[in-house]
Amino acid sequence: MAEALLKVAGLEVHFPLRSPFLQRRIGTVRAVDGVDLEVARGETLAIVGESGCGKTTTGKAILRLIDPTGGSIRFGGQEIAQHGTAALAPFRRRMQIVFQDPYASLNPRMTVGSILAAPFEIHRIGQARDRAERVAGLLRTVGLPPEAARRYPHEFSGGQRQRIGIARALALEPELIIGDEPVSALDVSIQAQIINLMKRLQAERGLAYIMISHNLAVVSHVADRVAVMYLGRVVETAPREQLFFNAQHPYTQALLSAVPEPVPGRRRSRQVLQGDVPSPARPPKGCHFHPRCPIAQARCAEEAPASRIIAPGHAVACHMVTP
Amino acid sequence: MSATAALPESQIGRVWTRFRRHRLALAGAAVVALLLASALFAPVFAPQDPTLLDTALRFRAPFADWAHPLGTDELGRDTLSRLLHGGRVSLTVGLVAMVTTVATGALIGITAGFLGGWIDTLLMRFVDTMLCFPQVFLLLVVAAFVPPTLLSISLVIGLTSWMEVSRIVRAEILHLKEQDFVAAARALGASRARIMFRELLPNAAAPILVAATLKVASAVLMESYISYLGYGVQPPLASWGNMLTNAQGYFDTVPWLAILPGAAITLTVMGFNFLGDGLRDALDPRLRMDP
Amino acid sequence: MIGFVGWRLLQAVPLLIGVSLIGFGLMHLAPGGPLAVYTLNPTIQVQDIERIKVIFGLDQPIHVQYVKWATGMVSGHWGYTFFGGRPVLEVILERLPATLLLMGSALSVAIILGLSIGVLGAVKRYSVFDVLATTGALFALSFPTFWFGLMAIFVFAIELRWLPSGGMWELGEEGSILSLIRHLVLPTMVLALVITATWSRYSRSAFLEVMQQDFMRTARAKGEPPAARLLRHALPNAAKPLIALLGVELPFLFSGALVTETIFGWPGMGRLFVDALNMKEYPVLMGLMMFTGIFVVVGNLLADIAIAAIDPRVRLR
Ligand SMILES: Nc1ncnc2c1ncn2[C@@H]1O[C@H](COP(=O)(O)OP(=O)(O)OP(=O)(O)O)[C@@H](O)[C@H]1O
Ligand code: SF4
Ligand SMILES: [Mg+2]
Repeated sequence: MAEALLKVAGLEVHFPLRSPFLQRRIGTVRAVDGVDLEVARGETLAIVGESGCGKTTTGKAILRLIDPTGGSIRFGGQEIAQHGTAALAPFRRRMQIVFQDPYASLNPRMTVGSILAAPFEIHRIGQARDRAERVAGLLRTVGLPPEAARRYPHEFSGGQRQRIGIARALALEPELIIGDEPVSALDVSIQAQIINLMKRLQAERGLAYIMISHNLAVVSHVADRVAVMYLGRVVETAPREQLFFNAQHPYTQALLSAVPEPVPGRRRSRQVLQGDVPSPARPPKGCHFHPRCPIAQARCAEEAPASRIIAPGHAVACHMVTP
Repeated sequence: MSATAALPESQIGRVWTRFRRHRLALAGAAVVALLLASALFAPVFAPQDPTLLDTALRFRAPFADWAHPLGTDELGRDTLSRLLHGGRVSLTVGLVAMVTTVATGALIGITAGFLGGWIDTLLMRFVDTMLCFPQVFLLLVVAAFVPPTLLSISLVIGLTSWMEVSRIVRAEILHLKEQDFVAAARALGASRARIMFRELLPNAAAPILVAATLKVASAVLMESYISYLGYGVQPPLASWGNMLTNAQGYFDTVPWLAILPGAAITLTVMGFNFLGDGLRDALDPRLRMDP
Repeated sequence: MIGFVGWRLLQAVPLLIGVSLIGFGLMHLAPGGPLAVYTLNPTIQVQDIERIKVIFGLDQPIHVQYVKWATGMVSGHWGYTFFGGRPVLEVILERLPATLLLMGSALSVAIILGLSIGVLGAVKRYSVFDVLATTGALFALSFPTFWFGLMAIFVFAIELRWLPSGGMWELGEEGSILSLIRHLVLPTMVLALVITATWSRYSRSAFLEVMQQDFMRTARAKGEPPAARLLRHALPNAAKPLIALLGVELPFLFSGALVTETIFGWPGMGRLFVDALNMKEYPVLMGLMMFTGIFVVVGNLLADIAIAAIDPRVRLR
C-alpha cells in the first residue's frame, strides 16, 4: 500500500500556562498529547470527542496554523511539522480548512468576490482579469449565483456562508480539506444540504476529508473511518461500521450509548460516565480515561496504554482490550 | 481612509439612522462642513487680502462698515479675511496632524497587536512612557527645537499624540486576530503584511474613523495653543492661535479681536468633537461612553 | 499586599528608564545639544567648546554619558541653569508649591462638582438635569482652556473688576491668605472646567454600572435607604475606576496647569516651563520634562496601590 496522503504520528501541542503576574510558566495545557492519524486519498476520516478534547487544535496543527510542540506530520510523503513559512507555501495549496462558525470565518469587510479571489492573488494564479471568471466558477460549484460575488457576507444565510467557506477552501484545488464541525452551527434542515454538497465534491474531485464533529449522526453519514479522541489522545480508530457496531474502547462505548440512536439497529446499553472531563492542564497519569473508566485496573493509573491493532484498520488504546 | 467605502450598503443605512438621532452630532457635522467649505473657498469669500495693511482704518468695530464686516485689527487688516484665511491654516494643520497621528498610531497598534510577543511589549511600554509626559510639554519642547513651518508644526503635533490611537487599534486587532477569517487567510498562505493591512485594518476602520475625527479637534486646539505662545504658525501668516496673541494686548479696549478667533477655535473643536461622538455611537454602539 | 506593592514598584522601573531615555534623547536633540549655552554664545571659541566637552565627559560614548547623567538624576544632580547657574532641581522645586496649590484646588473643586453631577445624573438617569449635565459636559470638554481663561479675565477682571487678572499676590501683600484666595479663584475655575466635565462623565458611568449590580439590588431588597446604599455600597465600588482615572488624568492635569499658569501669570512650573522655553533654558526644560514624567509614574503607582488597598481581588491579578 502506498503511503497515506496524511500521516500524523505522536503529534503534541502543549500550550504554556502562564502566571498572570510575572508571566512565569506555571504549567502546560496538553491540548494534543500524542495523536496518531492516517488519511488516505479520497477518504473521509472523522474525529469525534467531547468538547475540549483537542479536535480543533489537532486540525489546526496539521494545517500548521498552530505550531506543534512535538511529533511528526507527513503530507504526501514529506515531513512538514518543522517547516517554516516559506517551505510551507506549496503545502498551503494542498490542504484547506472549513470552519465551524460561518459568521467569524468570512471577513465582514470584504465582498464575497474578493474573499474568493484572495487565494488566487496570494498564489499569483491567473491574471486579474480572469480571476472574476474563476470566482464565478467557484460560486457555481457550490451552488451560488455568480452575482453573489458583489455582495458582503452578512447578506447571506448561515448555510450560504458555509458554501462560500467551502468555495474558498476549494479555490486552490486541495487534496485534503479539514472540516472543523462545518455543519454544527447550521439548522438541521440545512446541515444535510451542506453535507451532500461536500460528499458530491469529494466524489467529483477525489478529495480527502478530515471531518471534526461531536455529532455521531453526522459522522455516521460521512465517515469512512472514525477516530475517537479523549483528552488529547486518540483512543480508538476503526472503519465506520466497526466503530458503531463493535466499539472496543470503554470510552467509545460510553460515547455511543449516550446518543439516543446514532445508527438504526445498533443495540443500546445505556452507560453513563461518572465525573467530569479532567482539565488538559492536569491530565490524569497513565490512561487519561482511568478516573472515569468503568473497568479500570491498577495498572491503568500508572501506565499509558499503547495503541494496538485488533482487527484490520481497527486500533484501540486500552490495557483491557486484547486482539 | 474612508470607512464608508468598506461598509456594506445596508450597514451605511443603519449607521445613518443611528447618527441622525444624535442631534448634537448632526450640528457638529453641519459646522464641520461649513468650516471646510469656508476654508476651501477662503480666497473667494474673503472681502480682501488678509495681509493688506491700512493704518488709517485701525480697530474698526464689527458691523460698522460693509467693507469690513467684522472690523479691522491693530494694523488695519480685515478681520473676516484673516479669520477665513487663518481657518484655512488651522484646519490644514489639524488635518495633516490627524493623518500623521492616525497613520503612526494605526501602524504601531496593528504591529504590536498582530505580532505580539516582545515586539508588542516593547511598543506598548514605549506608548506608556510617551503617555507619562504631558502632551503640551512634549509638544512645546519639540516645537521649540524645529523651525516652525506648517508641515513641521503638523508633524510635531501628530507625532506627540498618536498614543491613544495605537492603543485603540491594538485592542481592536487583538480581538480581531483570533477570528477564523484570519486563520483562513493564514491557511491560504497569506503574508503577514496582507493579513495586517488587507484583512485586519479595514475591520478596525470604525474606531479609527472616530479617533481621527476627535484628533482633528485636539490638533486644532494644540495648534492654536502653540501658535498663541509663539511657537506655531508665524506671522504674517494668520492662524486663529496667533490672532489671539496679538489681540491679547488690546483686550480691555477691543475685546472682539480676541473673542472672534477664540470663538472660531471653540466652534471647530466642538464641531469635530460632536461629530466624532456621534460617529462613535452610530458606527459602533459598543464603544458608547454615555448610555 | 506587600508582594503586590513590590511587583508594582518593579513594573515602574522600565517606565522610569523609558522616561529617562526620552528625556536624555530630547536633550541631545536640542539645538546646540547639552552645551547649547556655550555653542550658542558667539564669544566662546571652538577650542574652548572642545575643552568643555572633555570636562563634561561629552566626548565619551553615548551610553557612558547616559549612565553618568542618569546616576546624576537619581542622586539629585539635575544640572545648572544657563542663566544664573542655579541648580535646576532647586529652581523646579521652588515652583512646585504654586503648581500643587493650583492643581490641588482645581482638582478638589472638579471632583466635588463632577462627582455630585455624575452621581445625581446616574441616580436620576435621563432626567432634565441628566440630559443638561451630559450635554454641558460635552460642551465643556470642547472648550479651549486658554481661550476660556482669556474670556474669564475679560469678564471678571476687566469688565466686572471682581477679581485680579493674574499673579499670585497683590504687590506688597505677599503672604496674605485673602489675597492668595482672590488670585486663585479664576485660574482654579479655568483649570477645573475640563476636569469637572471628565469627572462627571466618568462618575456617572461608574455609578450606573455599580447600581446595576446584584449587591445593590440586595441592599434595596433589604430596605436600606437610598443614601445609605449610595454611601455604603456604591461609593466604594465606584471609587476604583475613579482612582484609576485620577492617575491616568495626571498628565492632562499638568498640561492644563501649564496653559492656565501662562494665561494667569501664576508662578508655578507651567509658567517656568514657558519662560524657560522663551529663554532657551534647555536644562530647566529637560528637568521639567523629567520631573513631570516621574511625577506621573509615581502618581499612577500610588493610584494602583490605593485601588489594591480597596479591593483585594486586584492584588491577585
Ligand atoms: N491557545 C491556547 N492556549 C491554551 N489552551 C488552549 C489554547 N487553545 C486551546 N486550548 C485548550 O486546549 C484544549 C483543546 O481545545 P480544542 O479547541 O482543540 O478542543 P475541541 O475538541 O475542538 O473542543 P470543541 O468541541 O469545544 O471545539 C481545551 O482545553 C482548550 O481550553
Ligand atoms: S486503559 Fe484502563 S482506564 Fe484506560 S480505558 Fe482501558 S481499562 Fe479504562
Ligand atoms: Mg473545536
